[in-house]
Amino acid sequence: MSIIVDRDSRVIFQGFTGQHASFHAEEAMHMGTQVVGGVTPGKGGQEHLGLPVFDTVDAAVRDAGANVSVVFVPPPFSGDAILEAIDAGIETIVVITDGVPTQDMVRVKRYQIGHDCLIVGPNTAGVITPGQCKAGIMPAHIYQPGPIGVVSRSGTLNYEAVEQMNALGLGQTTSISIGGDPVNGCDFLTILKQFDADPETEAVLMIGEIGGQQEVEAARWAREHMDKPLAAFIAGATAPPGRRMGHAGAIIAGADDTAQAKMEALDGLGVSVVRNAADIGKTLKGLLN
Amino acid sequence: MNIHEYQAKELFRKYDVLVPEGHVAHNASQALSIAEQIDGERWVVKAQIHAGGRGKGGGVKVTDQVEEVGQLADQLIGAPLVTPQTGPNGRTVHRVLIEQAQDIAHEYYLSLLIDRASQRITVIASDAGGMDIEQVAANTPDKIVREAIDPAIGLQDFQCRKIANGIGLRSKQIHALTGMLKRLYRCFRDSDAQLLEINPLARLDNGKLVALDAKMNFDDNALFRHPDITDLRDFDEEDPKEVDASGHDLSYIALDGDVGCIVNGAGLAMATMDAISYYGGMPANFLDVGGGASPEKIANAFRIVLEDPHVKSVMLNIFAGINRCDWIAEGIVQAIRDQHIATPVIVRLAGTNVEQGKAILADSGLNYIEANKLDDAARKAVAAAKGENA
Repeated sequence: MSIIVDRDSRVIFQGFTGQHASFHAEEAMHMGTQVVGGVTPGKGGQEHLGLPVFDTVDAAVRDAGANVSVVFVPPPFSGDAILEAIDAGIETIVVITDGVPTQDMVRVKRYQIGHDCLIVGPNTAGVITPGQCKAGIMPAHIYQPGPIGVVSRSGTLNYEAVEQMNALGLGQTTSISIGGDPVNGCDFLTILKQFDADPETEAVLMIGEIGGQQEVEAARWAREHMDKPLAAFIAGATAPPGRRMGHAGAIIAGADDTAQAKMEALDGLGVSVVRNAADIGKTLKGLLN
Repeated sequence: MNIHEYQAKELFRKYDVLVPEGHVAHNASQALSIAEQIDGERWVVKAQIHAGGRGKGGGVKVTDQVEEVGQLADQLIGAPLVTPQTGPNGRTVHRVLIEQAQDIAHEYYLSLLIDRASQRITVIASDAGGMDIEQVAANTPDKIVREAIDPAIGLQDFQCRKIANGIGLRSKQIHALTGMLKRLYRCFRDSDAQLLEINPLARLDNGKLVALDAKMNFDDNALFRHPDITDLRDFDEEDPKEVDASGHDLSYIALDGDVGCIVNGAGLAMATMDAISYYGGMPANFLDVGGGASPEKIANAFRIVLEDPHVKSVMLNIFAGINRCDWIAEGIVQAIRDQHIATPVIVRLAGTNVEQGKAILADSGLNYIEANKLDDAARKAVAAAKGENA
C-alpha cells in the first residue's frame, strides 16, 4: 500500500501546455503514472502529449475522471488555480509553484474547509509512490518501493535522505515534500496520521527545518497515537536568527524556532533525532531492526 | 521586504490611522525647517534604519529647543547607529524623521501578522507597550491578547472590542481602537503585509490613540502586484552582495565562517552548512542556486562566494532533480577556468545526469576534489579550509 497517490490515481496537470509541466508530465508517464490530461484555459479541445487539454478542472474531472492535480500555474494565478481544483472536487492538489503570495494561501486554506481534499505545497517537489505514481518534479529513478514513509519540507534534502536509504536497501512506501512556505497546504501532522494508518509503512522519517512548530506538534501527536518508529532531522542548526533561509518559512523568529530547540523538543517526545544529516539512512536502518 | 518607519507612517495616513505630525529629512537644514512647521513645544528626531532597538542605541532624540533639531539631525545623519539588532558595526543613518512629541498617558503593543499556527492574519495586543514583546510573552503570557481573523468575513467589531477589553481600554477608546484596528487590517490585507507592528501605540493625555512607532514588512512573493510598495525598497539597508546574488536569481546570505557553500535547494543548503559545522568547520555562507541552474548561474555563484576574503574552501553540493549535473559541471569548469580559482573546490554531484557531470569534470583536467557523499564532502571541505589534506 501507500498514501495519497497510487497506481489508480488519475493525474492532471494545471498549466499543462507550459514547458515545465510538459516535461514533468512526460517524466511522470515514463514512470507509469496514469496521466489523464491537463488544463490550460483557452486551449480546451486540443491535444497535448497525446492527451486531452481541458479549459477547466471541472471538465477534466467530468470527462477524464481526474482526482489528482499537479499545479504549475505561475504565482499571480496559482491561488485561483488551487481554488478551482478544490471546487472541482480534486482529492489531492500538489502545488509545485514557488512564490505563491502568503495571503492567497490564507484564503485558499479558508476555502478548503468543508471540502474533502489534501493540498500539498506550494513550493513542493511533490508526492511519489515508487513504481506507481509520481505527482511532482523529483527524480523518480532514485526512489524504490519499501517500508519507509518519508515526509520533508525540502525537496533536495528529501532526495539526499532517499539516496542514503537506497544505499542501505531501504525503500519508501510514499515520499512527500510539504514545501517551504509559512502557510502550506498540509502539515507534518496530517501526513503522519496517514502513514500511521498505512499498513505497509513500518517507520516514518520527518525532515523539518527552522521556523514554526509543525514538527513538534506532529511528534506530540505521534507519542500519544503512533506505534511506528519516528526519526527526524531538523535543518538549519547553523542558520542565523531573523534571516529567511531560502524558504519563505525557514526563519528563526523566536526561541522555539531554532533547530536546537526543536531537536530537544523532539528528543523529549521520544523521536529518534538525527544530529548529522549524513546519518539519516543509518538511523532508519537501526529503527527497523 | 522591510520599509522605514516614516514610510510605514505615510501608508498609515492613507488609511486614516493617527500618527504624530512629522516628516522625513535628509539633512540638518531640512530637519530644522520641518520642525519649524510643526506645532508643539517638543520635537523628536528619529534615525531611520531598518533595525529595531533604535532608542537603546541613541537613535531617538527629544528636544524642546526647535533650533536644536538641526544639530541633532546632523549628529545622526551620516554616522553609524549601533543597536542590539544591527551587529557591532551598526548601520549608517541616511535620513531622520522629525516629529511632534506627544503627551503620553499609557503605552500599548499592537501588531498584525500571519500566524503560522492558525494560518490566519492575527492581531496581537498587550497592555505592556514599548517593551520587547517576546519577553512579555515569555514572562507574562496573560498580558498578551491574540485574535485570529477569518479571511472570509474579515475583522469584526466584536473581536476589536475583545482586544480593547483585553488590554484595558475603556469607554470611548474601545470605539477608537475598533476603528483603528479595522483600518489597519485593511492596510495589512491590501498591501500583502507579513508584519505590521506598532510599539508603542500611545494613549495620549487627550485620550487619542496614536501610532508612535510603525514597522512593516511585506511578502516578497506578492510584490509583483504592489509596484507602489516595491518603490519603497531601500538598497542602502541591504547587503550589496545579497542584492547582487538576487539579481542572478541566487539566494545568498553571508555568514562568519570560511567554508563557502554552493547548493541546490534551501533545505539541502541548510543541511550542508550544518554538516560543515558538525565536522568542525564554519560555513561562510548560505547559497541556494535553485532549480534549473545554468552554467552561468553556477559561475556567478562561485564569483559571489569567492568575493568573501575569508573563504578558504568551497563545497559544492548538488542533488539534481530538475537540475542537471552535466550543466552544473560545465558551470564549475567555466568558473574554475575563467575566474582562475585557486581556492580548493570540493564537488559532490548526485541525481539527474550525474555520470555525464562527473565525466565533464574529469575530462577538464582542472584541479578539484571529488566527493561522493554529503559527509565525505563536508569532511574534505573542512580539512581543505584548515589547509590539511582530507
